[in-house]
Amino acid sequence: MSKYKVNLKINNIPISVDEGTTILEAARKLNFNIPTLCHHDDLCVAGNCRVCVVEQKGARLLTASCATPVSEGMEILTNSMKVRQARKHIVELLLAEHNADCTKCFKNGSCELQDISNEYRIGTHVFLDLVKEKDKIQDISSPSIVKDDSKCIRCQRCVRTCSQLQAVSALAVTRKGNHMRVSTFLDKPMNDVVCTNCGQCINRCPTAALTERSYIDQVFDVIYDPSKFVVVQTAPATRVAIGEEFGLEPGTRVTGKMVAALRRLGFDKVLDTDFTADLTIIEEGNELLSRLKQALVDGKEVALPMMTSCSPGWIKFQEHLYPEFLGNLSTCKSPQQMFGPLAKTYYAEKVNKNPADMIVVSIMPCTAKKFEAERPEMRGSGYKDVDFVLTTREMGMMIRQAGIDFNKLQPEGYDRILGESTGAAVIFGATGGVMEAALRSAYEIVTGREVPFGNLNIKPVRGMEGVKEAAIKIKDVKPEWKFLEGVELKVAIAHGLANAKVLMDRVKEGKADFHFIEVMACPSGCIGGGGQPIPTNMEIRKKRASGIYDEDEQMVIRKSHENPEVIELYDKFLHEPLGHRSHDLLHTHYYPRKRH
Amino acid sequence: MENKIKKVDLIFEKVDQLAILDKSFKRSSDEIILDVIDSGLRGRGGAGFPTGLKWKFARNEESDQKYVICNADEGEPGTFKDREILTQVPEKVLAGMALCGKAIGATEGYIYLRAEYNFLLPMLHEKMREFNQQMKDRNFEFTVFVRSGSGAYVCGEETALMESMEGHRGEPRNKPPFPTQRGYLGKPTSINNVETLVFALMIANYGPQTFKELGTFDSRGSKVFSIAGDTPKAGIYELELGMSLEDFVNEFGDGDTKAVQVGGASGFCVARKHFKETLIGFEGIPTGGSMMLFNSSRSMYNILHDYLEFFEEESCGQCTPCRVGCQQLLKGIEAVKRGNKSPAYLETLQKLSDTMRIASKCGLGQSVGNPFNSIINNFREEIIY
Repeated sequence: MSKYKVNLKINNIPISVDEGTTILEAARKLNFNIPTLCHHDDLCVAGNCRVCVVEQKGARLLTASCATPVSEGMEILTNSMKVRQARKHIVELLLAEHNADCTKCFKNGSCELQDISNEYRIGTHVFLDLVKEKDKIQDISSPSIVKDDSKCIRCQRCVRTCSQLQAVSALAVTRKGNHMRVSTFLDKPMNDVVCTNCGQCINRCPTAALTERSYIDQVFDVIYDPSKFVVVQTAPATRVAIGEEFGLEPGTRVTGKMVAALRRLGFDKVLDTDFTADLTIIEEGNELLSRLKQALVDGKEVALPMMTSCSPGWIKFQEHLYPEFLGNLSTCKSPQQMFGPLAKTYYAEKVNKNPADMIVVSIMPCTAKKFEAERPEMRGSGYKDVDFVLTTREMGMMIRQAGIDFNKLQPEGYDRILGESTGAAVIFGATGGVMEAALRSAYEIVTGREVPFGNLNIKPVRGMEGVKEAAIKIKDVKPEWKFLEGVELKVAIAHGLANAKVLMDRVKEGKADFHFIEVMACPSGCIGGGGQPIPTNMEIRKKRASGIYDEDEQMVIRKSHENPEVIELYDKFLHEPLGHRSHDLLHTHYYPRKRH
Repeated sequence: MENKIKKVDLIFEKVDQLAILDKSFKRSSDEIILDVIDSGLRGRGGAGFPTGLKWKFARNEESDQKYVICNADEGEPGTFKDREILTQVPEKVLAGMALCGKAIGATEGYIYLRAEYNFLLPMLHEKMREFNQQMKDRNFEFTVFVRSGSGAYVCGEETALMESMEGHRGEPRNKPPFPTQRGYLGKPTSINNVETLVFALMIANYGPQTFKELGTFDSRGSKVFSIAGDTPKAGIYELELGMSLEDFVNEFGDGDTKAVQVGGASGFCVARKHFKETLIGFEGIPTGGSMMLFNSSRSMYNILHDYLEFFEEESCGQCTPCRVGCQQLLKGIEAVKRGNKSPAYLETLQKLSDTMRIASKCGLGQSVGNPFNSIINNFREEIIY
């Protein structure tokens, strides 16, 4: 579609932009920065906070530049006397309603309100303090998310995130006037509502009104406790994002530096969740093949399509909103929760440690993992399988607190065992990655040949499209898989819960005949996870994804079933996929939950 | 004393509204709209946008569906004229809506009724049933429905009203797009005040000239006022626009009037010394209809305090200048009164109200500065001491 050009002047400089461009975007093209708070690249326009107001010559009212499209002949001033005064007033008003206890704040130094206050040097309070004492009581009911209303500036980014990107709507605006606030259904605690703990609201909150429940102090405590043997596992998506906490470009691969930093923090062993990602592929792949066999050969009623279970936000979404499909979810635990029980059984035995003295810490791009680790059924080892879950951001904070100069570290390798992984595991970090990893193995197991895509890169399942679909025709199978001869394996992938809802509604209406569905709760998958460095936007997430695929390409082994440690694990401990021990340690079940 | 106030009777006079419609339906949309433009009618809700232009914009939009909304969310403190119009001449309101429907090409009309007026619902339903049948009998496709609000002042703001009608929280939308471009359910919508629609019908009846002869250049026609406060003649009056406030007070005051709040809580407070030079109309002080008279027994601090409490409560809370600004103004005058802030803080607050006036998202926040600044400027000592 060809676009009309619109001519306007910004600060007396002429510019011609496409019709529909906002004043904010046009100003950025001229390198005039206009501060924003309620605006976020991922979200629909709001025009709430009014920090971005600009003056249009001849107009009585100031204009919210984020919400106003350019028009022909417009003359805009982004920094006139009127604009400056209004902007300062607005920031002062926001501060009057804000618990500006910055030194104690988790977001101190990375707070957008603080940045603007700094820019305008707004120090002492001009207006009366309006923070309500009751708002200072934080909601810490959720193991994942802390809600602090005294820090909220009512920009509604979280509300729009929760409804638009995630189709969850756990957060909404309630009441009006001075009582207006962001709240939950009947003001219930976060842990009692439909919240999936995905943390996307945290990624977009400009202040610390929504943050992760932090376990940094508890982790330092166990590190310093000589009686504890503390192992740490790192999720695939952390290694291409942690660099951002230290000023590196999004997507920079810093796996070795991250391992070195964790070792310097004092963890006894630095291990890799990628190992159990490979293991997930074996268990989940076999589960899929077994369901297909039951359906195609035994003519049994089995729940198809099978759905992945790696993303705890997605699991909880399903438990709340599509409980009738819980049987379709793979019974496999997520890689994090497979790691925990293996560490406290198989690994403990190997390294000759008492599991009672072992602490398993995970570094995750995810806030829902904190909730997942707390689920009562996640005690397959007889102990709490994963003791503490930290986000990528918390890892960054720990590294800074410990005075480690991250960028100068020499790369180091993971410890053995539970440290070996493949390219297939790494790509778990991006949307479509679990699917791609599963297909690489399943196709080869069934046919004895590699998947028919150039260099193992299954391009149709990659990319940032909301819902992706692909089909692979299975031909010339090995004799034991003859029931799959000629079957066209149909798969679908969704990322971001709003897209998941689109896909689920199709399944519900019987309009989707997929065999296997991958869903990641977060936009772009784990690389866009709720625990990842802030800010996020599509451009940043694309860079992280490309870091993930680069990492895969440079791995020696790129197929999960070729991971030598995984092979050894089956040999010596698990004996067979879906076997008795797997069932005890690596599989789980789900519960319907209320919808509010 | 010579009576300079001219009473008019266009709104409440009984007419054969069906005959007016029959006559109008034979004309083209353009002819109807041209008459309304020519008459100079401006919206009677308070903002005063030229009604004919609004209809023209809505008519010019291409759409499979358009809507007419009658804004009966009358929430301005001191205003009760729409209630009276709906009570006395509901048929004329409905006919005005059908006229607008014919003009812009809409087949559905909605009355958005203030929750506090729900006692009118049984009567309105009855009138609507009758009216919808009359439209059917004439083979004119136009059906009227009614929607009851939930009692939020901001829902009188046209885009917040549409959000409310769509089942969302009543919060104003960004403009553009304007309702005539994308209104109710995203379709072109003409939203007009109750009184405006009746005037449009009367213009169709008598022609634009009759209307134009009344009032002034900027403020054509007559207007229904709801008069309250310290007056022996409280009630509803239709008066020609363009009178001076002095004449008004001579007619309606109690002899001791020290100030008049023109345009309700969101309007301006005019002190006695300015009565003579103040004209009621768009070239002077515009009003949605509310006129509140205060005599010397009143404390202007209490009056301002009441207004600010109202706004502090009724701001939707979406935009910063309005949500926090209203709270600051209220708490601010309390602090000055108590002596916790110096009187000079009033000037800080006045600057803040200026920011609210130009930076708020909708008319609510934009108008709080009207009563605030005018009361502070005229009665500063009453606020401080």
